[in-house]
Amino acid sequence: MTAPVRAVAADAAPDAPLIEVTHLTVRQGGRTALHDVSLAIAPGEIVTVVGPNGSGKTTLLRALLGGTPAAAGTIRRRPGLTLGYVPQKLAVDATLPLTVDRFLSLPRRAAPADRRAALEQAGLGDLGGRQMTALSGGQFQRVLLARALLTRPDLLLLDEPTTGLDQTGSAAFYRRIEALRNEMGCAVVMVSHDLHVVMSASDRVICLNGHVCCHGTPATVASAPEYRALFGTGTGGALALYQHAHDHSHGTADG
Amino acid sequence: MFEPFLLRAGLAGLGVALAAGPLGCFVVWRRMAYFSDATAHAALLGVALALAWQAPVLLGVLVVALGMALTIWRLSEGGLALDTLLGVLAHGALAAGLVAVSFLPQVTLDLSAFLFGDILSVGWTDVAAIWAGATAILALLAWRWHALLTATLEPDLARAAGLDPGRERLVLVVTLALTVAVALKVVGALLIGALLIVPPAAARPLARTPEEMAAGAAAVGATSVAAGLWASLTWDTPTGPSIACAAMAIFALVTAAAALVRAR
Repeated sequence: MTAPVRAVAADAAPDAPLIEVTHLTVRQGGRTALHDVSLAIAPGEIVTVVGPNGSGKTTLLRALLGGTPAAAGTIRRRPGLTLGYVPQKLAVDATLPLTVDRFLSLPRRAAPADRRAALEQAGLGDLGGRQMTALSGGQFQRVLLARALLTRPDLLLLDEPTTGLDQTGSAAFYRRIEALRNEMGCAVVMVSHDLHVVMSASDRVICLNGHVCCHGTPATVASAPEYRALFGTGTGGALALYQHAHDHSHGTADG
Repeated sequence: MFEPFLLRAGLAGLGVALAAGPLGCFVVWRRMAYFSDATAHAALLGVALALAWQAPVLLGVLVVALGMALTIWRLSEGGLALDTLLGVLAHGALAAGLVAVSFLPQVTLDLSAFLFGDILSVGWTDVAAIWAGATAILALLAWRWHALLTATLEPDLARAAGLDPGRERLVLVVTLALTVAVALKVVGALLIGALLIVPPAAARPLARTPEEMAAGAAAVGATSVAAGLWASLTWDTPTGPSIACAAMAIFALVTAAAALVRAR
């Protein structure tokens, strides 16, 4: 009952899309979470998905992972695509003893040197012996990132990666993502509502509200009327996200 | 120095404890305690059906436990109020099993042997069946270990790594049913939960990694079997409950010691 994720055997041209979503519709609990969403992710680009709460951002991310059944449409992956996934939060049950080192070796064993290197790339020292439950919020987030990097992903998926970080911490985290992209050449898709950061660090922005409201370069999206209708105008957009009423409809999505 | 019946009992208990410990860790990590109870309680219905059709008891228990576990597995996919549903099924299965047993013509059926186990009466065939089952359980767990751990931690992490979390859950459901079938003779339908839950809980404070906890749970389970058997022979107490009490005692000791160490 998962989305029909297909590996396309055809041309493995260097700039063929890593993932191509065509006319994807997802229903959840009788309500349409995503309606007729089409998008493609090219190698090496940073794409940010913005949208109000309940706009289907996380649903879209899970569909890219292959964990959400599609009511209609397809998701095609380039053959051999490796994904790195950084969840918004991870609840480690108190009954589960788990060191950072052990976590980094899930599900595939990583050599000690690789673990050290990944922790360093994520901006952490050698805290491999610590229990996951003993980490601070920022450390935990970076350990999640380090684990995703260990698979040498073609595509890094981040779900609200800065939840629980302060503004300085968030900015540093996004700068790190950009640096990692430049260093490793992986594409990045992240879900975020830090609009300032969206504007500075992304190659492309997709504005989502059940359907794709608008998309394009940050400048294009910022001036699009659909985006302004969702988030208001001006640089105070991050605040407007919470204050604006998101009840507009384009006559397509019923959610 | 060992009486043959004691050797058989010890081997049977050891086999069950070694398999139940690591599997029980997943039951604890995934909060499936009620799930395992419902599956274990269904065993009695399996006994009744097997005896009615003159089939091997082990087979009847395995089929019914597997059916129960798969039913819960399917229902829980739909996101129903699982806690209530499990309660209904756990007690419903036990009651249905008790009623079904009463229809059997054999007047000599020893009900308490199936409810609380009868480890002292196991034969060499039982020991062989238990060890075959335990080996299968441990082999399945070892084969899927990393995938199971990843899916337990977060299903989406498993998906990103190309694993199917639903299939990993199915592995647990099948091994759970298998455990119920092999443990019935040893501790009985009502106390299987004790061998699944208590040893991992006792091993938790001593472990730093999932693997240490699994090994610790197996060790606690094996010690409980030995201590329970000894207590049962010394004080002439029922063996299955004595094993469960020994596991409880180890849990209490370890937890108290860990609390003392933390307090210092």
